[in-house]
Amino acid sequence: MTIPLSLTVNGQAVRADVEPRTLLVDFIRDHLRLTGTHIGCDTAQCGACTVHVDGQAVKSCNMLAVQAADRAVTTIEGIAAADGTLHPMQAAFRDHHGLQCGYCTPGMVMSALDLVASDPAPSRERIREALDGNLCRCTGYQNIVVAVEAGARAMSGER
Amino acid sequence: MYAFNYLKAQSVADAKSKVAAATDGKLLAGGQTLIAAMKLRLAAPSDLIDLGGVAELRGVKAGNGELTIGAMTTHADVAGSADVKRRIPALADLAGQIGDRMVRHMGTLGGSIANNDPAADYPAGLVGLGAAVVTDRRTIDADAFFTGMYETALEPGEIITAVRFPVPQRAAYAKFANPASRYALVGVFVAQTSGGVRVAVTGAGPVVFRVSALEAALTKRFVPEAVEGIAIDANGLNADMHAGAEYRAHLITVMTRRAVEVANA
Repeated sequence: MTIPLSLTVNGQAVRADVEPRTLLVDFIRDHLRLTGTHIGCDTAQCGACTVHVDGQAVKSCNMLAVQAADRAVTTIEGIAAADGTLHPMQAAFRDHHGLQCGYCTPGMVMSALDLVASDPAPSRERIREALDGNLCRCTGYQNIVVAVEAGARAMSGER
Repeated sequence: MYAFNYLKAQSVADAKSKVAAATDGKLLAGGQTLIAAMKLRLAAPSDLIDLGGVAELRGVKAGNGELTIGAMTTHADVAGSADVKRRIPALADLAGQIGDRMVRHMGTLGGSIANNDPAADYPAGLVGLGAAVVTDRRTIDADAFFTGMYETALEPGEIITAVRFPVPQRAAYAKFANPASRYALVGVFVAQTSGGVRVAVTGAGPVVFRVSALEAALTKRFVPEAVEGIAIDANGLNADMHAGAEYRAHLITVMTRRAVEVANA
């Protein structure tokens, strides 16, 4: 049995009928075809599915789509400029080689943005703490931390 | 995940009647444990009654010598609350150590204590501070609330509405976290209160417990050295691939000492 759901995704009003058991990540990927949000572990450990709900980073594989009713969801597709110019945090990941296979990257970027929203100039220690819920199996994290630091600087307008 | 009916509660009274009307209804708080359990089919409720929209269950109220925290207040909100940081900084610190950033944005105080995971952080905070759990029908002392592994004194359909935390003279939480899960391998909450020192341990046994030998020593002298040489009996403590019972017993004294150091800092 489906129930009606309405919410905002990347600034657009979305209405759909969903089964209550639909996970937010499945709604985003399968219903909305926004496949930048990844499913890694599917057990709320790896953070590849991280999106923002009302501006706060959450693991969308561990949340029902109906829990996001009437709320504003932002996915990785919602952060670049309309003309495709990368968000400064995305650009920093590219510039600083903050990824190898790239699977964890959308979640890393969304978590990094959540951190910078509350701490515009985070220390490396704070960055590591804030990325505690995001696993990367390629990089060893060094360049991810460097990228987040650089992304935060770029976002506050300095280079 | 098996299919279920989803119902959104408008108020505590509404949640109560919806749970009562369901065959096997469960309350949905932040869902950080329940949804994972449902995905694994370890739980298969007929109905989920979502408390997410019940405003009366959220928020921190500072009162006369105590803080009252609504059951649906998230870990992130407790960790970031100016009132909690000022009145009981140890509790804000504890909330900020639960899970990871994303989990803390969803997980709630009420959800955590209703689930009563043996390695959860909040049970140590509640028992350590001598808190009181307020439900839709009564008030339960933390000492009597956590009754066993994943077991609480809650009756079927009973809804936690808030927790009242008395403000201690000083307190601290020291956690030895499992490096992968961030659950407490051993977590010790120490509080110096007007009624003496309380020491509550999570992660080490099937359910949170107090250690009277440590409490007596620290009530006499609230300094880290006071617990030197106090051996904890490993009998009945948890043993798994991460730590044996003897190691956990050892960690209880170590984490107690660290908590006292922080409380006195």
